[in-house]
Order: sequence, then C-alpha cells, then structure tokens
Amino acid sequence: METDIVNLQYALDTFYFLVMGAFVMWMAAGFAMLEAGLVRAKNTTEILTKNIALYAVACTTYLVMGYTIMYGGSEGGILPDTWFGNSIGNATADEVLASGGDTYYSGASDFFFQVVFVATAMSIVSGAVAERMKLWAFLAFAIVMTGFIYPMQGMWKWGGGFLDAAGFQDFAGSGVVHLTGATAAIAGVLLLGPRKGKYTKDGKAIAIPGSNLPLSTLGMFILWMGWFGFNGGSELMVSNIDEANAVSNVFVNTNAAACGGLLAALITARFMFGKADLTMAINGALAGLVAITAEPLSWTAGWATLVGAVGGVLVVFSVILMDKIKIDDPVGAISVHGVVGIWGLIAVCFSGNEDASFGGQLLGIGVIFTWVFVTSLIVWAILKAVVGIRVSEQDEYDGVDLSECGMEAYPEFVSSK
Amino acid sequence: MKMITAVIKPFKLDDVRETLAGIGVQGVTVTEVKGFGRQKGHTELYRGAEYVVDFLPKVKIEVALPESMVDGAVEAILNSARTGKIGDGKIFITDLQEVIRIRTGETGDEAI
Repeated sequence: METDIVNLQYALDTFYFLVMGAFVMWMAAGFAMLEAGLVRAKNTTEILTKNIALYAVACTTYLVMGYTIMYGGSEGGILPDTWFGNSIGNATADEVLASGGDTYYSGASDFFFQVVFVATAMSIVSGAVAERMKLWAFLAFAIVMTGFIYPMQGMWKWGGGFLDAAGFQDFAGSGVVHLTGATAAIAGVLLLGPRKGKYTKDGKAIAIPGSNLPLSTLGMFILWMGWFGFNGGSELMVSNIDEANAVSNVFVNTNAAACGGLLAALITARFMFGKADLTMAINGALAGLVAITAEPLSWTAGWATLVGAVGGVLVVFSVILMDKIKIDDPVGAISVHGVVGIWGLIAVCFSGNEDASFGGQLLGIGVIFTWVFVTSLIVWAILKAVVGIRVSEQDEYDGVDLSECGMEAYPEFVSSK
Repeated sequence: MKMITAVIKPFKLDDVRETLAGIGVQGVTVTEVKGFGRQKGHTELYRGAEYVVDFLPKVKIEVALPESMVDGAVEAILNSARTGKIGDGKIFITDLQEVIRIRTGETGDEAI
C-alpha cells in the first residue's frame, strides 16, 4: 500500500512537471507572435526564424552542457563540478522507494522543465534587437548564453550555489530568467544601436508602428497561459494537500498580477498619451506576470494584483525613458523583463516570505546583472568585431526578411518561372 | 474615349458602383490608395512617440467610357460619392488613346 502511494505520488508529480514544462514551451509561441506583430512586415520572417531557431539552440546547448553546469555545483559554491555532458538521469523504482521522499519526480522531467526556462530567457533578447541584427550572429550569441551565461547564474541560485546560500529569493525566475534575459538584451542593444530613423538628431523618438497587432495580442494571451506553467510548475510538487493548495494559490496570484499589470498600464498610458494604447496594455500584462514571478505564493490575490499593477505603471514609464536615452527596444523587452524583473525581486521583501531580506535580494540583483551584463557585453563585442552584428543600411532599409531569410512574410507579386 | 479616375471615400464604393451600373457602365477597376488633398492630417502617439497621420485611406475607381457616357457617369459619381464633408475626393478625366479587349482583340468603343 505504502509503495502504491509512493508510486502514485511520483507519477503525479512527474506528470505535473511535464505538463507545466509543456505550458512553458508554449510561451515560445507567445514570444514569436508578440514580436512578429510589433515589427514591420518586412522584418517578420526573420524574427519568426530567430524565435524558432533560438528555442532549438537553447534546448540543444542546455542538453550538451548547460544543465550539467547549472545543477552540478556544490552547495553555496561558485563553480560547477563538471562543465560538459548530458547529465539527465532517472532514478530506478528501487532508488525512489529507498530515498524516503527525497526523489519524488523523474530526473528527465526535471531537465524538461528546466530547459524550457532557458529558452524563455533567451527569447527575451530577440525582441530588443529586432529589425537590425544579423540572424546568425544572434544565434551564435544564443549558444554562449544558453550554454554558459544563463547556467552559471542559474547554478548560483537554483543550483544551490552561493546566492541561494545567501538567502536570495527567486521563486520562478524574475531574476534568473527575466532580469538575465533583459540584461543580455541591453548589452546587445548598446553595441547594436537603434534602428535607422528611430531617433531624430535632437533626440526625439519617431514612431515605428508594428504591423500586426492581432498577432501581438494573441502572443500576450499565449504567454499568459504559459506563465501558469512557469510559476505553477516552480512550486515543484502537487501531490499532497499542502502542495496542491500552494499551486492553486500560485495560479490565482499569477493571473491576478497579470490583470493588475494590464489595467495599470492601460490607465497610465491613457493618462500619458490620451488614448488606450494596446501595445502598452500588452506590455503591462506581461510586466505584471514578471513582477509576481519572484514570489507568486506568499501574497494574497489582492496584493498580487497590486504587485502586478506597480509593474504595469513601471513599464509604461520605462518604455518612455528608454526612448529618452535612445535605447531602441521595439517590443519593450528590457522594460518588461529587466526593470520590472528588479521590482519583482524587491517586492519579495514585502510579501511575508520570512526568508527574504533586502540584502539578499540586492545581492541577487547585483550579481545577476553584473555577471550577465559583463559576459554578454564581451560576447557581443567579439561577435561585432569578428563577424559584425548589424545588417547593412541597405539591408535594413529593404528588410531583414530579404537579407537574412530571402523570404517575405507577406509576399505580393511573386513570379515563378 | 475617356478614362474617368475618381478618388473617393472607401465606404462610398458600393454606392458609386451601384449607381454606375444603373446608368449602364459595364466595368470598373478599383484600387485601395492613401492620399490627402486640402484635408489636413493629425498626429497620434505610438508608445509615446508622435507620428503624423497624413495619408488617409481612399478608394480609386477607374472607368473607361465612350465620350457620350462621360457626363452621365460624372453626375452619377458626384451624387453617390458626395457626403458634403471634407475629404470627399476628386474626379479626373483624361483622354484615352486606345482600348483593347485581351480575349478577342476588339478595339475602340467595341472594347469598352
């Protein structure tokens, strides 16, 4: 009987991990649609190609070395014990039963759940550098990011490394995933430069409207749904009463924060611009989701809504600020994931999570930002020097669909011989 | 033979088409265009950045007609396309040097 229960719990928790991982995988579709809708028609094929390719690169590189780095370190450590190799392994039934509850889900399901988070972090970068970066240079960066940069800082927190030992709290990855992605993005954008014609000589921002807002809206809802897996799965267990309750709270809070973020951004944009800005509302919902990701459990739903709402207000002002300092981010990725990621990590201190401290959170923010920024900047700089990261002015004018992919997203007047 | 080109408000297309059919016009070509005349544009904001909406959506209708039908067609278009508000559009009349029906090779008035 006892063995039956353990079997059942193991199966349920493994199943939960797999389904939640599949939800997070679905976020890749969300990012693809969101970004495709916010770029111009002539750059759509390229950003779609970039999105699908980075997912595949992330999964493969993490398989080959990233997972090993991230979960191969010693407790409280800085360096992993091993660097390369596929370290996925399932315990046998006997080992599970003998573990007394320590091993309660499949090792392969753990890899699956983790790998989709890497893809999410990498995907954040693609929107910020859209419409002017060379596709293959981006994918080269993706290899280093998903194989090395992300796993190292991931090890320091989720792998039990020194950030975790110092009490840094990050439930589902406001820091490990979102701030990381945004930091790699800003390092890239600083070396890449803004799109041609985005800023006038006197620093005024020119509007470059997206070509397909229905796609972007669809992308937002896909990300929103995927986020239930992102936060819900990060509870890591569902097979008893306490855990089932916890997971349920996480789902409720995640949803509430997104709603708070959306409404706050919509209203803020209405005040700032005079009309309802759909793209800001979309950014607001995502900001709300990023804000709650560091701590989707300890709040009540009302507070979660407010945490999301603060994110929604922040994101509107951040997008405006980015343009003022000439950081051209076509989709607002740095604002949504970076600025609000930091807010999400700090908000943990007010959540009632007894293990959280300002010191711990600031340490995490500082370490993650510094590590990712410096390493990313180095990689981007090497790529820029060796192969160049920006397409030519003519290619940018004609559209990267043609220069990088040789294929229009919305072809007209195509003749066949 | 004459070519009548009319730039009208998009929602007036059905009215104009029906009225022209009513006076015996057999074929038209329609294009979606953007444009402005003396009707000024206005500025909007996209994520906080200003942009000018100068070009407004219009529909361009082209009809080839024998000279005898031109006055009637112009009258028809004027009556059906007019709203009385700015941006109603314009009608241009140009000489047509030749018309040829691709299927049969007919030319001139037979081809219209």
